[in-house]
Amino acid sequence: MRLEYFDLIDKVDELDLEGSKIRISARLPERSPIFDGHFPNFPILPGVMMLEIMNHAAGYLLYRRYNGERFVFLGGVKRAKFRRMIRPGDTIEAQAHLTHEGSGFSVAETTLTSGGVTAADAEIILISQAFPNAEIKAALARHSETLLAPAEA
Amino acid sequence: MSSTFDTVAQVIAETSDVPMENIKPDAHAIDDLGIDSLDFLDIVFALDKKFGIKIPLEQWTQEVNQGKASVDQYFVLKNLCARIDELVAAKAAS
Repeated sequence: MRLEYFDLIDKVDELDLEGSKIRISARLPERSPIFDGHFPNFPILPGVMMLEIMNHAAGYLLYRRYNGERFVFLGGVKRAKFRRMIRPGDTIEAQAHLTHEGSGFSVAETTLTSGGVTAADAEIILISQAFPNAEIKAALARHSETLLAPAEA
Repeated sequence: MSSTFDTVAQVIAETSDVPMENIKPDAHAIDDLGIDSLDFLDIVFALDKKFGIKIPLEQWTQEVNQGKASVDQYFVLKNLCARIDELVAAKAAS
């Protein structure tokens, strides 16, 4: 995980394209400029980054469901709760499942856990559309390969 | 149509800041009610669930952008209700 580059998924542990669900994991770095500021002498992961990890999990699930042919991004947050602090070096897991697939948008229920305990949960809306350019499509395809996603269930 | 309109009006009132008294069959969702694209997504999400359909928003947008349909055909509320009735009927027939 490289927080400041929004590289938030180390590994895709489960990917069930038919069941519309995913589980990913990552280990937080011990040091990051984000922790330097949030907060000095009390480093914790900002809630907005917790939300972004859940968004990445759901977004990757959708990206794979579209066979890498659509650009997926966060369109809205219908509900979010941050229940537990996450600290440098913690290993986290995020799960997401799609509860609705509309035309050009999807809704996902997502959960973030640390040490088996729920740290955050959120219901988010993701928008999907054609890629704005070929370069970002290729870059995401390359990045997707590094996540070593297993064959779909 | 009237019950469809009642449901649509209720959804719009619940998911946006538009007062119920402004939500009329001839109202244009964007021009008259000021609903933006992200609010409209919330409305479509709620309507998809209420009616058990998938409103083809991408197709509608594409048709409008390509000049194959007017914005009014989909975004004036009475027309939106007619499209929803068609989608419900098509689903029932399938």
